[in-house]
Amino acid sequence: MHEHQFPPGDFRAPLPVIAPGHSFRSINEKLTSIVLTRNTPLVWFIVTGIAFTFLMGLTVAIAYLLAKGIGIWGNNIPVGWAFDIINFVWWIGIGHAGTLISAILLLFKQDWRTSINRFAEAMTLFAVACAALFPLIHTGRPWLAIYWLFPYPNAMTLWPQFRSPLIWDVFAVTTYGTVSLLFWSVGLIPDMAAFRDRAVNPKLKKLFGVLSLGWRGSARHWARYEKAYLLLAGLSTPLVLSVHTVVSFDFAVSVLPGWHATIFPPYFVAGAIYAGFAMVLTLAIPIRVMFGVQDFITMRHIENMAKITLVTGLIVTYGYMSELFFGWYSANDYELFMLKNRTWFGPYAWTYWLLLICNFLVPQMLWSKRLRRNIPLVFIVCMFVNVGMWLERFVIIVTSLHRDFVPSAWEMYYPTIWDFMTLFGTIGLFTTLMFVFVRLLPMIAIFEMYTLLPQARSKPAGEEATS
Amino acid sequence: MAHDLQSGPSLFGLLAEFDTPGQLLKAANKVREAGYTKTDAYSPFPIHGMPEALGIRERAVAPIVLAGGLTGLIVGYGLQYWTMVIAYPLNVGGRPHHAWVNFIPPAFETTILFAAFAAVFGMLALNGLPQPYHPVFGAKRFALATSEKFFLAIEATDPMFDAKTTRDFLSSLSSREVVELED
Amino acid sequence: MTLADIRTRLASLEGRAYWRSLEELSDTPEFREYLHREFPAQASEFNDPAGRREFLKLMGASLALAGVSACTRQPEEKIIPYVRQPEEIIPGRPLFYATAMPLGGYAFPLLAENHMGRPTKLEGNPEHPASLGGTDLFSQTSVLTLYDPDRSRTVVGDGEVRTWGTFVNVLQAATMSRRPIKGQGLRLLTGPVTSPSLIDQIEKLLSGMPEAKWHQWDAVFGARQGGAPAALPICRFDKADVVVALDADFLGTGPGMVRYNKDFASRRRITTPETELNRLYVVEPVTTITGAKADHRLAMKARDVHGFAAALASAIGVAGLPASTAAAQVAPWLTAVAADLNKHRGRSLVVAGDTQPAAVHALARAMNEALGNVGATVTYHAPIAASPADGTASISELVADMQAGRVDVLVIFGGNPVFTAPADLNFAEALKKVTVRVHLDLYHDETAELCQWHVPEAHFLESWGDARAFDGTVSLIQPLISPLYDGRTALELLAVMNGMVESSAMDLVKDYWTRAFAGQTSTVWSLRSADGAPYASPEAFWRHALHDGFVPSTSAIAPPAAGHAAAAPARTPSSPTAAAAATAAPGAGATAGRAGGAPATPPAAAGLAAPAPAAQTGMEIIFRPDPNILDGRFANNGWLQELPKPLSKVTWDNVAYISPKTAEFFSIPIARVGNGANDVIEIRYQGRTARMPVWVLPGTADDVVVVHFGYGRRRAGRVGTGIGVDTFGLRTSKAPWFDGGAEIVRTGESYLIASTQNHFAMEGRHPVRAVDAAEYRKDPKVVAALGHEAPPKTMTLYPVFEYTGHKWGMSIDLNSCTGCGVCVAACVAENNIAVVGKDQVSRSREMHWLRVDTYFEGDPAAPAATHHQPVPCQQCETAPCEVVCPVAATVHNDEGLNDMVYNRCVGTRYCSNNCPYKVRRFNFLLYSDFHTPELMAQRNPDVTIRSRGVMEKCTYCVQRINEARIDAKTTGDPIKDGVIKTACEQACPADAIVFGNLNDPESRVVKLKQQERNYGLLEDLNTRPRTTYLAVVKNPNPEVK
Repeated sequence: MHEHQFPPGDFRAPLPVIAPGHSFRSINEKLTSIVLTRNTPLVWFIVTGIAFTFLMGLTVAIAYLLAKGIGIWGNNIPVGWAFDIINFVWWIGIGHAGTLISAILLLFKQDWRTSINRFAEAMTLFAVACAALFPLIHTGRPWLAIYWLFPYPNAMTLWPQFRSPLIWDVFAVTTYGTVSLLFWSVGLIPDMAAFRDRAVNPKLKKLFGVLSLGWRGSARHWARYEKAYLLLAGLSTPLVLSVHTVVSFDFAVSVLPGWHATIFPPYFVAGAIYAGFAMVLTLAIPIRVMFGVQDFITMRHIENMAKITLVTGLIVTYGYMSELFFGWYSANDYELFMLKNRTWFGPYAWTYWLLLICNFLVPQMLWSKRLRRNIPLVFIVCMFVNVGMWLERFVIIVTSLHRDFVPSAWEMYYPTIWDFMTLFGTIGLFTTLMFVFVRLLPMIAIFEMYTLLPQARSKPAGEEATS
Repeated sequence: MAHDLQSGPSLFGLLAEFDTPGQLLKAANKVREAGYTKTDAYSPFPIHGMPEALGIRERAVAPIVLAGGLTGLIVGYGLQYWTMVIAYPLNVGGRPHHAWVNFIPPAFETTILFAAFAAVFGMLALNGLPQPYHPVFGAKRFALATSEKFFLAIEATDPMFDAKTTRDFLSSLSSREVVELED
Repeated sequence: MTLADIRTRLASLEGRAYWRSLEELSDTPEFREYLHREFPAQASEFNDPAGRREFLKLMGASLALAGVSACTRQPEEKIIPYVRQPEEIIPGRPLFYATAMPLGGYAFPLLAENHMGRPTKLEGNPEHPASLGGTDLFSQTSVLTLYDPDRSRTVVGDGEVRTWGTFVNVLQAATMSRRPIKGQGLRLLTGPVTSPSLIDQIEKLLSGMPEAKWHQWDAVFGARQGGAPAALPICRFDKADVVVALDADFLGTGPGMVRYNKDFASRRRITTPETELNRLYVVEPVTTITGAKADHRLAMKARDVHGFAAALASAIGVAGLPASTAAAQVAPWLTAVAADLNKHRGRSLVVAGDTQPAAVHALARAMNEALGNVGATVTYHAPIAASPADGTASISELVADMQAGRVDVLVIFGGNPVFTAPADLNFAEALKKVTVRVHLDLYHDETAELCQWHVPEAHFLESWGDARAFDGTVSLIQPLISPLYDGRTALELLAVMNGMVESSAMDLVKDYWTRAFAGQTSTVWSLRSADGAPYASPEAFWRHALHDGFVPSTSAIAPPAAGHAAAAPARTPSSPTAAAAATAAPGAGATAGRAGGAPATPPAAAGLAAPAPAAQTGMEIIFRPDPNILDGRFANNGWLQELPKPLSKVTWDNVAYISPKTAEFFSIPIARVGNGANDVIEIRYQGRTARMPVWVLPGTADDVVVVHFGYGRRRAGRVGTGIGVDTFGLRTSKAPWFDGGAEIVRTGESYLIASTQNHFAMEGRHPVRAVDAAEYRKDPKVVAALGHEAPPKTMTLYPVFEYTGHKWGMSIDLNSCTGCGVCVAACVAENNIAVVGKDQVSRSREMHWLRVDTYFEGDPAAPAATHHQPVPCQQCETAPCEVVCPVAATVHNDEGLNDMVYNRCVGTRYCSNNCPYKVRRFNFLLYSDFHTPELMAQRNPDVTIRSRGVMEKCTYCVQRINEARIDAKTTGDPIKDGVIKTACEQACPADAIVFGNLNDPESRVVKLKQQERNYGLLEDLNTRPRTTYLAVVKNPNPEVK
């Protein structure tokens, strides 16, 4: 553990991933009490209440959508996709941090991941839930799309059309959702056992007993458990990269200038990680205060995540630049026009510049250690990034569609109240789920926290093994 | 099978409690060296070196995951090939029926999906989970096994097991206390 | 059902709706009596949409209950099926009948497609000289008017429903009471009339009552400024190498437009680079579709056209003219034109527009005579429509008499004068002074409101009649369905006035022609079959005429010989004797026996004597009928309302057109992003004002404001009521077409205009490729050079699908296309395309499968050229839309059609996003009307009605292909080229669209695609479109600076 590489008090020494002075008991008590004994903070009720109102707005919007049709939105010909797919891509992107943190950082043995992975995975699940809504409701006839998009034997012997990126989407998103759910619930098993053993209320005891599947922390179980967990991480790593790659295919595979670009897969993945970490920070910063878990989600975590945000932000900006370059280098009239329209004289050019401010300019603040450690500031930067990533999708989807090949078909796109209700409704759905989760389940993986303690790193006397 | 018939309900084994992972690990080594095989350790978190200490070798999970992955690959690609080329071939935008390039992403996803299922359910199956009851839960203080205490069990079915000697042996391993587990 | 039920069900509805629907329910008089005691009928028509929906539901139910749904009725009289079809109806097989649509009195010959007794689609009559298979907007869309649920449904007297019988008594009493006093105070008001049998009836009536007067008014076809031209020119554009149009939109308006399109296009449709094109010069104040085709166009105030004509005339040496010189800036242009005309003596043609005064027509004729064109490219005839040709004068006279109280009985045969009459006359006020006012019309409109008696008129598809085409060809009108709403024809009303109550319309028409056959009519007709042989018997003649839909020998231009031309001489209603005089007028080869055959042509000099129009000053205001709904008569036709107007692509509204320069002057924004709100201007003219949205239209003359009339209807129906601006308030009898002294003022208000196209520049992409004839001749590759290079077909990883058997393709000739939009209308009618309404159009969700794009070339102030491009689905072989559909709802069939499977579509709209041509249309809401029973009857049974959430697009009229394939299977012989005509191809008056089999080397489409000017839109994307275009080849005059 590199903490030891520096004399104590050395400024280069990284911050601890867990505040000193904790014992197994203290961790266990702290984290179980949030769910089992402590009273819920008032602010939790306020936030959840507001979020729930938005969620109700979403249900209204969807009900009206099903009753009337896509026409209640601003979509038209040529802008066949707008808020619906923007939101979809935005949420899927946000959904990437979780698995990334739990899987890739695990493989890289980043011990600081442990206190945020559970919570990030939950965020992934809920973000994917929000995202998965859109491929369904954006269709003209959802009641058919819901099952026609899956391969099932039927009397007409009709099957999905596997050449379509939309079908790839269906496979990628469902797989990603399922695997993330498995990953998350597997991680929960030992903690459910911990809850079982802490719970006083017999009913709760029984409930957690069932959820823990009778976990008893046997060494044999731990051995297989760790192996399985490692393999899951190994599987999720290509998966998480593939999902946004496939989403980017929705655009890259088409012929549309502004969509038809080979840079899209890496650039989308980077964007996803970018958005994901920004969203983790956006949630972690208030919640750690709300439930007083600053000991476990320390400045170290915030700083590391801020660094990753900065780096991925730069990768994304590189993506923007290479889009410009390839557009110019292609010497293709349509590409060149698309760039000019997107960045300069187009009616939506302002969104492009706003996007650059949000995704490129503002995050540059994170270069400074001082600013990085200014938590409110980091929070604000992340807010900018969240908005910026949404705008990025707006620029890609709407600005490319509204002026494509044949000038006579060019049209403008104006969103309606229902578009906004749907967007904010999903944010409500997401927040509600998130807050219900932190209230009912361990937001931090308890058993993994133990391993962070120095006393956990014990070895039989005499042996000088390093873990 | 030296088994004390007078000791009422049949005995599952003996459970020793330790305060630190270090003690448990040391004890585990001792127990293995003493030749006990039907042993198990219980800890709130995985302890490095414990499998070796107890002589546990885990080789089953990986092959299961591989098998799952291959199945997924074959199912995924097979489904696409059969539907697009054999069952209902269509001229879609002048592309060939067997558009293998386009078939890669779904096949990849099914591979991952099946492998993941194999990993999770394979692991649970090998662990015999879910398992509603286990004798160790009979021990009063075992509830601490998920928070701060560490336990080592030697089962009665172990050839070397003897209620008396084994208990003394365990007590000698700086254990906090040793309790009997009823079956 | 009991009355109580009905009362409860109706309690929520308003007056007019009640009897409208219940009249369908039950026809017993006492039932009606009861209802009208219950609900006084002066209640206004329902405007509230909710009430309207209720009404529709109720009407649907009531029709079902009463079992009188329109579509089950069969024509009662014997009509002759078109020869292509079997005699008896085979279920699922349409029958075709020849008939004609009267518009402005003139016949537009048609073949009506009849499904099980329901006319569903109208095509041009290929044998008829006035159509040659082509059609116009109004005939394509008239089938919707037929089934319009808002049509007037019953005789109304003093605001109450009456029986036809009651009305007959009233009308007869009114007429009889006038007989003793020679018909004093009895007036008839019609539009222009060419129908021989109708004229005959009117003569019969007037001969009995010489004091009675017959007036004519038609805001579009009858209105004259500066008098009516003395003679009617019939042009042969196919013979003219050089055409000069003086404010003449001969391709876009007028009774001859269909034939003129055919003839003109025949000179633009080049086959090789060497083909000689004709050359068109246009002088006009506002861009018309004719102006858009011009090789040289000069934007000029309408009032300056006379000066220009005079100058041109003297330039080509017309004798006996006051010396006149053109304005300096047009002088070089004019000289070049004059030179070109002189170069093409006998092969040139000068045409003057109907909106121009007689003086200009006289000059045009003088020029044609001087150039020796008369008899070669143009012939002059006495007007075919019965005079008075000057509708403006006629209605002024009528109103004056009404004001003076000299009119007791006024019978209005069709038309809506209260709405359309010149504003200064104040027709409505004068009308109130008339004791007995009778109105016959399709709609219970503004005029019906002010008349005690309203009789529902029979739609032409419901009625017997006859009319003459622009060239005089007598065309018979036979009904396709018995009247849906007990409509009557003008003929029947006149018969009643003539005391012939019992005789049906068919009897009247047949009787006239039987007499004509015997030569007992005041006009003597030469009735010969196409080969010039006389008919054996009246019965044989009748059958043939009905079968063909016309009498070939009565045409002035049709082969075999002009000798058969029967341009019937003018007939002044007030003095029938004049008819005899006119018929006796000396004419080439005229004999007493065949007076009808001789073109009685007044001498040209007479025209020249006509005074030049009085000088006008100030900003010019120009009145034009709306290109789609004309003077508002088609206001309730959703198809026409939603059809983008040529050039501006505006729908559902009328706008004031001004030139970019003028806009700049008034600092009105020229650029327009999306369907934004347009500035509203106030137009002030002679103390009258109108506020309307302004539209900057390149090519409009500067300092000119062009207003279209016809909108702002107060009583049109659920579709047309209250939309647009009524500009008739500005239109006076002095200047129905143009005048000076107008002002425009910005109001600062803005108004949302729904336009289907918002970007009219090509951005250097050349979707339309245009070259000059000279350079094309020099190097035919110049067309290909305009586009990006298409990748070679071998440049692919994939094996290519081979299309053995049929391989459908289409070729669209942009050089003959005029952008008139008939193809779009035909497509809408054929494919049951839904009307979405202004709001949805403004959101860019119109459903037209085929759109006509317009691009302006060069400086917007004075565009070098205007191009039109019909864009249907290009049926790409490597269709980008198909690959991205997740449910295989759009796939290729083995003939290379890009099929759309509605049932399978879930509506992801990905296909549309990935379509480079953006020709796919999505049902964002439930657009199709599944409720109105009348409209159900109208639908084409061969085409699915699309529901909400489904993508749709052009299918090359796959239903027609399948029909042909079935026939081919049954008969065993292959599908011949030209047997399958897509709706757009069939309707196109310019034959710009050709569909066929690309695997048949002899097919027309293959030959066309072999031309050097053939190119595919965006083919550089390697979409391999099956639809390709033939580039525009202009023929400019090098001398024009």
